[in-house]
Amino acid sequence: MSLATAIVPPPKRSRLSRLWRWMKSDPRAVLSIAYLAMLVIVSVMAPVIAPYSPTEQDVSSLLLPPDGAHWLGTDDLGRDVLSRLIWGAPNSLYASLLAVSVAIVLGVPIGLLIGFIGGWLDDAVSRFVDALLSFPPIVLAIAVTGALGIGLTNAMLSVGIVFAPVLARLVRAQTLVVKNALYVDAARGFGASTFHIIVRHIVPNAIQPVIVQITLMLAIALLAEASLSFLALGVQPPAASWGGMLARAYNYIEVAPEQMYAPGFAILLTALAFNALGESMRVALDPTMKRR
Amino acid sequence: MHRLLALIGRRLWQLLPIIVFATFVVFSLLQLVPGDPAVTLAGDYASKERIEEIRHLYGLDQPLLVQYGVWLLHAVQGDLGRSLLSSAPVVDLIAQRLPNTIVISTYALILAAAVGIPLGVLAATRTGSRIDGLVTSIASLGVALPSFWLAIILVIFFSLTWHWFPATGASSFMADPLRALWHATLPAVALSVGVIAELARQVRSALIEVLNSQYYRTLRAKGLGPGAMLWKHGLRNVSVTMLTLLGLQVNRLFSGAVVIEAVFAIPGAGSLVAYSAINKDFPVVQGVVLVLVVIVILVNLAVDILNALLDPRAAA
Repeated sequence: MSLATAIVPPPKRSRLSRLWRWMKSDPRAVLSIAYLAMLVIVSVMAPVIAPYSPTEQDVSSLLLPPDGAHWLGTDDLGRDVLSRLIWGAPNSLYASLLAVSVAIVLGVPIGLLIGFIGGWLDDAVSRFVDALLSFPPIVLAIAVTGALGIGLTNAMLSVGIVFAPVLARLVRAQTLVVKNALYVDAARGFGASTFHIIVRHIVPNAIQPVIVQITLMLAIALLAEASLSFLALGVQPPAASWGGMLARAYNYIEVAPEQMYAPGFAILLTALAFNALGESMRVALDPTMKRR
Repeated sequence: MHRLLALIGRRLWQLLPIIVFATFVVFSLLQLVPGDPAVTLAGDYASKERIEEIRHLYGLDQPLLVQYGVWLLHAVQGDLGRSLLSSAPVVDLIAQRLPNTIVISTYALILAAAVGIPLGVLAATRTGSRIDGLVTSIASLGVALPSFWLAIILVIFFSLTWHWFPATGASSFMADPLRALWHATLPAVALSVGVIAELARQVRSALIEVLNSQYYRTLRAKGLGPGAMLWKHGLRNVSVTMLTLLGLQVNRLFSGAVVIEAVFAIPGAGSLVAYSAINKDFPVVQGVVLVLVVIVILVNLAVDILNALLDPRAAA
């Protein structure tokens, strides 16, 4: 570095330049956000983008390898694989968001409540949360789905129910930390109401790890959806889903193994993007964590 | 010895509410089914008389807590009811299927410990190096990788292309251990990848914490060699963490096993629960879930006790 560059005064940081600095410092997050944005656009535009109908069958072209007309080939019913892959995106995103929303709606208030009130209620609910966390998550989700009735919405409700205790435990722990902080004592001393303390002090200060956990949970929910759809408990035919596509293509693996790649990569990339975003947020939100 | 017994007693006492809640959750699964449980249990096309008979047989005309008590009493005695599909005792079905799940899960856990822990140690002792970067990347990939997809890819290459391992089925470990392991290799590898990633990550961060601690610096100042330091002090201090981590993975392994068993057509507990859930065979679903959660709880109890033996501070 020459002297001339060293004496240039630091540039005024506009919002745009701050954004640029962030993008340069964390390319992983930028890539993930770009990929997820693309996925959202594809989901919304699926009817326009998809070259064929995802459910239209063509018995004259079964299990075709990729070519000019069908970029990813056709499945065992002659349906265009690329179109099904595109139509799988909204289903997968809907599934992940639904499951995580259910987990938030159930888990966050319970965690806040037991963390704040404490006492026997906390003891009892915490043991219940521990009990739920002892179950293998997918196994419990399968059992609950079987009971509620098979289908994507019920499957994701089940996954959300299974995830809720994770959030409840996290929010409870965060609430306990903040509850005993000096500034909360001070607020109480000034006569703040319980509601005011929870909304104005506990939630904003406890929320950061929760946001990170929620992002990471989107990835787990996506993988859970793929698993349940692979087992025929999730998305029902003829609707398209990445896990369901893998299940169907698996029956013809000896004839058309190439059909196994695209849906798997779609699941992997999306899960990676959610995870990378979560990790980046963990670093960005945590002032004590050193940037690598 | 006396101390150990006291410890086990204390842990069991702490576990009691968790076991009660967990069994209640399993029992309540039937209550989640929309409609009348008696109609559900009687199956399709049951006559009115049959439904009433079922209602009485299962005690569904009793208050809920009484039903739970009766169900639990039967379960403890090894009576989990009968399958609605095959009318075989649920316990027999589970006894047939569970060993296959245990074989692939244990195999996967051993693989994961053998690969994941050294990877974590390697990365922690060389933070910021290329190896560390590689391990961290592999771990990120492994966490996001759908295990059943990996299983399918393994089948494409190792079964269909190179014919090294069978693509489907399982074989009894008691009858022919080597053959059973040969069958279980691809499922176990697919199952282990997520666990390897998790172990590598967690062991790395736990060990980094120890390596950066004050006493570790003191040891170095006293002139202890790096190898002796790592073995006698570094790893010893994370051994409790490692055991706890391994215990927590059982949960993840059983979850993965459900889908992996479907890929390899393994008649295991996981494929049994999926099949039964689809076919509304609720006594079987409840039975499998109950057995799996009890195994998870017992494994973690065993880990707790081992930890207490390794580190007296943990016994408190």
